[in-house]
Amino acid sequence: MIEPYLRQFDAFAANGGSTSPAWLQQRRAAAIESFRRSGLPSTKDEDWRFTSVAPISRGDFSKSPEPSRVSLAELEPYLFGQPDWPRLVFVNGIFDPGLSTEHPRQTSLRRGLDTAPADLEPHIGRHGPTDTTPFSSLNLALAKDGAWIRIPAGVVEPAPIHLLFVTTPEASDAGVHSRSVIVVEAKARAQFVESYLTLRGAPRHLTNTVIEMSIGEGAWVEHSRIQRESEAGFHIGLTHVDQSADSHYRSFSLAMGASLARHDLQTRLNAPEAEALLYGLYLGNRDQLVDNHTSIFHDHPRCRSWEVYKGILDDRAHGVFNGKIFVTPLAQQTDAKQTNRALLLSDTARVDTKPQLEIFADDVKCTHGATVGQLDPMWAFYLRSRGIPADQAHRMMVAAFAAEVLDEIASEPVREALRGVVAQRLDRLG
Amino acid sequence: MALLVIKDLRAAIDEKEILKGINLTVDAGQVHAIMGPNGSGKSTLVQVIAGHPGYQVTSGEIWFKGQNLLDLEPEERAQAGVFLAFQYPVEIPGVTNAYFLRAAYNEQRKARGLEEVDPIDFLDLLEARLRLVEWGPEIMQRAVNSGFSGGEKKRNEILQMAVLEPTLALLDETDSGLDIDALRIVAQGVNALRRPDNAFVLVTHYQRLLNHIVPDVVHVLADGQIVRSGGKELALELEARGYDWTTERAATAGAAR
Ligand SMILES: Nc1ncnc2c1ncn2[C@@H]1O[C@H](COP(=O)(O)OP(=O)(O)OP(=O)(O)O)[C@@H](O)[C@H]1O
Ligand SMILES: [Mg+2]
Repeated sequence: MIEPYLRQFDAFAANGGSTSPAWLQQRRAAAIESFRRSGLPSTKDEDWRFTSVAPISRGDFSKSPEPSRVSLAELEPYLFGQPDWPRLVFVNGIFDPGLSTEHPRQTSLRRGLDTAPADLEPHIGRHGPTDTTPFSSLNLALAKDGAWIRIPAGVVEPAPIHLLFVTTPEASDAGVHSRSVIVVEAKARAQFVESYLTLRGAPRHLTNTVIEMSIGEGAWVEHSRIQRESEAGFHIGLTHVDQSADSHYRSFSLAMGASLARHDLQTRLNAPEAEALLYGLYLGNRDQLVDNHTSIFHDHPRCRSWEVYKGILDDRAHGVFNGKIFVTPLAQQTDAKQTNRALLLSDTARVDTKPQLEIFADDVKCTHGATVGQLDPMWAFYLRSRGIPADQAHRMMVAAFAAEVLDEIASEPVREALRGVVAQRLDRLG
Repeated sequence: MALLVIKDLRAAIDEKEILKGINLTVDAGQVHAIMGPNGSGKSTLVQVIAGHPGYQVTSGEIWFKGQNLLDLEPEERAQAGVFLAFQYPVEIPGVTNAYFLRAAYNEQRKARGLEEVDPIDFLDLLEARLRLVEWGPEIMQRAVNSGFSGGEKKRNEILQMAVLEPTLALLDETDSGLDIDALRIVAQGVNALRRPDNAFVLVTHYQRLLNHIVPDVVHVLADGQIVRSGGKELALELEARGYDWTTERAATAGAAR
């Protein structure tokens, strides 16, 4: 059902949205038109073949969340023990300046649009139609707020910048659309941590979030995305990254929340010698569906991409991994490697994994490997023969499987904290 | 005093009987060597003692320190003091040697009602054991056996044995594929750990290990049965004459019965 969203857009365009700059109004109108034409995706769409969004389509998330406030004390467990890191906090999609450490170049999208909209014009909704999804179009039409960060040329950010997207029960049955823009200019260096979490309960809501990032020449970005929202809710996210020459982007994505979670990660290597390293870990239990779609576009020569995604699925959980790598005829001497491994802990868990390599250059090194398996019983016997009890042996092996990607998290406090979070979650799985 | 008593042990895998009535007694303080042709059931025997869940034990008993091991889980057997050095040690990517060994050590202590040791104290203990196998501390940060050479894997088994100090150590071809130095290190590990209250069972194809570790008893296992037992001279005789003569006799003995 898309009519409620079209009505939601009309209402938004009539009041709040009407004050935004003309260029944004146009982009929003085009986006809702695109959404009207596509509708919500179905399993007939190739990109959604294994991921039925029927539970979202059947519902109506066209309502905006009720306002809600959270305290710093409630956020504390999610700050990786680093309360001093700069942070931008959004509660049910709305910026909370009281919880945030705002400054002119690290603020909310809404404030940016109010004060200097021209700065945002080149960056919002700029990616082409092949990089959009029905949800990202809906997001562009409806998103009211999000983060707006600009790291000026040559600046080295001393600490990770933490974006927290918090939902609360006031978002029950509502849609939370946030859109963030991150611009890292030439030779700058920055780390971003992006957290999605739910406080005070398990609301059933639709999070529909987009990050648009552009990375300048020779710039260096590390990005950790941690999705641990309410297991009753739905989480749809899209991260789009544009990279300039000689830039370095390293991403880690942890998906463990929501009953249905989908993340599209697209990186475009738009100039020679850019490098993208994508690591991911997804955990599913009960009836969770966790979908990761990554796309890496090698459009220029001598770029490198390296990707490792791992999934651990128990009960009746369903994992989906789709890894696209496009190499255009211009992109000679591309070096691309993709690995996806899934561990199934029950007979009813399953995973659909599909590498999708489209290579149109001849002088390239592209490899991919996918494995789906169960724990090797020889591992268990080996550990047990040393005196380690069966259940602990099981936990050690599952944790070891996850460690290979967790170890790649650039920020040590995040890495340490997530090891704990994942271990705790895996204890519940085992 | 008997430390291990095996009575009429029969075991099968996938319906195929491999062990066909093993009787074996190992006293405290002894070293036994088990030799025998490929496929005769030597690894099966030691794996069944350690509790490998892939085998079906169809009859018999394995008495160790007053308990029938067949009633215990593999980890309980280890906690009781049984150690198996695998013929093919398993690679465990993602778990460091240090973490693995400390976990094993502490689990065994817990099971014996002792306090766990913290990482610092464990490091001290480890240092002495590493010296025994002539290894530096770097090896402890590598994933268990991951990418180890064949010889390094065997040496790692000896390190684990040295840390866990078992009462009954079963070494399954720990000498195979070792260079001369590694063989010496393995032998020196075993000899250093020998005590009047523990025992070793060495599965081997080669007399050369037995030059370094002198066995009290040598057995020949053929087609799932111990067909001959003797002193250390038996190993020399096997080296000189091969196995045929031992199995021929067994066949004759079987036919006469
Ligand atoms: N899964 C299995 N199914 C059928 N037969 C098996 C299986 N596993 C082992 N066997 C057989 O059991 C027999 C005994 O094997 P075992 O490994 O115990 O021999 P071994 O004496 O240790 O030999 P080696 O000296 O080569 O190490 C062999 O014939 C082997 O083929
Ligand atoms: Mg063998």
